[in-house]
Amino acid sequence: MASITLKDLVKSYGDTEVLHHIDGAINDGEFVVIVGPSGCGKSTLLRMIAGLETVTSGDIQIGDRVVNNLEPANRDIAMVFQNYALYPHMSVRENMGYGLKIRGNSKADINRRVEEAAAILEIGPYLDRKPRQLSGGQRQRVAMGRAIVRDPQVFLFDEPLSNLDAKLRVQMRLEIRKLQQRLGVTSIYVTHDQVEAMTLGDRLMVLNGGYVEQFGTPIELYDRPATLFVAGFIGSPSMNFLPAEVASGMVTLANGARLAGGGTASGKVTLGLRPEHLIADETGPIEINVQLCEQLGAITLLHGHLSGTDVECVASMPGHVSAAPGTLMRFAIAPEHLHMFDTQSGKRVDA
Amino acid sequence: MVENRPILNIVSHIVLILGIAIVALPIWITFVAATHDAVRMTQAPIPLLPGSHFWENFQQTLWGSGLSGTEIAPVWRMLLNSLAMAMMISLGKIAISLISAFAIVYFKFPFRMGFFWLIFITLMLPVEVRILPTFEVVADLGMLNSYWGLSVPLIASATATFMFRQVFLTIPDEMLESARIDGAGPMRFFWDIVIPLSRTNIAALFVILFIYGWNQYLWPLLITTDTDMTTIVMSIKQMLEAAEQSPQWNIIMMTALLAMIPPVFVVVAMQKLFVQGLTETDK
Repeated sequence: MASITLKDLVKSYGDTEVLHHIDGAINDGEFVVIVGPSGCGKSTLLRMIAGLETVTSGDIQIGDRVVNNLEPANRDIAMVFQNYALYPHMSVRENMGYGLKIRGNSKADINRRVEEAAAILEIGPYLDRKPRQLSGGQRQRVAMGRAIVRDPQVFLFDEPLSNLDAKLRVQMRLEIRKLQQRLGVTSIYVTHDQVEAMTLGDRLMVLNGGYVEQFGTPIELYDRPATLFVAGFIGSPSMNFLPAEVASGMVTLANGARLAGGGTASGKVTLGLRPEHLIADETGPIEINVQLCEQLGAITLLHGHLSGTDVECVASMPGHVSAAPGTLMRFAIAPEHLHMFDTQSGKRVDA
Repeated sequence: MVENRPILNIVSHIVLILGIAIVALPIWITFVAATHDAVRMTQAPIPLLPGSHFWENFQQTLWGSGLSGTEIAPVWRMLLNSLAMAMMISLGKIAISLISAFAIVYFKFPFRMGFFWLIFITLMLPVEVRILPTFEVVADLGMLNSYWGLSVPLIASATATFMFRQVFLTIPDEMLESARIDGAGPMRFFWDIVIPLSRTNIAALFVILFIYGWNQYLWPLLITTDTDMTTIVMSIKQMLEAAEQSPQWNIIMMTALLAMIPPVFVVVAMQKLFVQGLTETDK
């Protein structure tokens, strides 16, 4: 088990800097999810920790060792790849034991460890099959098993569930989480799926364009997003952004509606409202011109505009609601659910 | 095509049978000629049914003096020479091109693509084009009349290097990365991952190269003067022109028949892998 420290980490390809001065500390036994849209550098960051990409500058520390120049095999890590990367010509048993065989462990020891890992993952019956004879979910387990047998200090996951169908993904997600809690191994998990990130991670590192936008627990990210990007990325359906002006504790929307809140902020801001925080209220200040109802069963999503403007706005209401296009509905929102961001920098303006 | 039309079926069978007959007729004639005695083969018309001298011809050709009145090596010796040459050429080509393709695909070194294109350019220089300088080199190295002389000049293969390069490029990068995390060094990766994954391609190439090596004619003709080193393919031609007498067709055809056996054996033995290697895409 080990903690991981990233210090001022930079990655460049030629003159293009793709990761900009990343800092972060991951505690022993913690499950950290790196999340962001595609091309944000999250896989590159993971591969740098794995040792598959070189470090341009800065330090990566696993435990108390700086591992910048160590080969992947010497970093005491294990990695689960997106397409599993199982060796197609080896049986499941050989796949799982290959790393140990290279390290020179005895046959008996390799067998014992493989059987143990297979028991944990319930893949005992498949040990003598080839990867191509397994289903996607089983291959996924084998890939995990290959990581477990090596008993590493750190697990690295590179979008391991993205090749599975939706139902299996949810199931494997839970299993990965349970497994990690049971083994207590420090883990870093990369994904672009914010739901996966929220359910798996002790803490989330949100990356965008090679910058760390925010690094915190899922609830922190949901309750107090530090930037417009995080606010829009975390939560589903995503947050509404409305242009607004704040002065002396009152927020004025584009159509002139006024809400209480805003604290000490002043001037033009971007106001963020989560759809699920909008509460239908006949006397509420926010009027939405509903264009479309999406009935999802448990909730209904109302898509429309802030009345009198063309600012798009979505509200989420419990149960079944139906509204003809053009219906005007009014909503209220609690002052603590207003998020305000600087329109220029995108940074949170604190109330 | 899952069509079921009787007439179409009959027509396609006729076409196929005709095709087989055209290909098989010369082989049949060869076989028939190898079963008659020398006298019968000089009379017209040539026989179309097998005679009774098969074992006699077989023994005379393989172990005995072979063609009477000449001093060529016995046919078993030629078969051995051909086999040694074909094996050295095909195994050597595979070993060398595997290693060079591995270097070109998996290592970064200065002028990597330059080397690749240099290898590729040699495709334009078959033995026939570089025959004089190659002969000179082989002669200076004292390799005339030896297995080395027969195989070394033919042992580098741009085609095979290129093919293995393409095969290696289809092996996903994650395979390499996964092996690196497992702690496999470059040669370990080569033996444990790359070779097994290229197994069927190696087999397919072996078949093609073995036949290429077996059928070499011009090069062995040039560098072997010692009758002990002659190969079977060049000898058949020499038998036709041997001595001042009419060709002994029964012996020559028996030799031809024997010369066919090893390539056929290789093809049949490796057929399954061969087809897989040419068609398989699943990595």
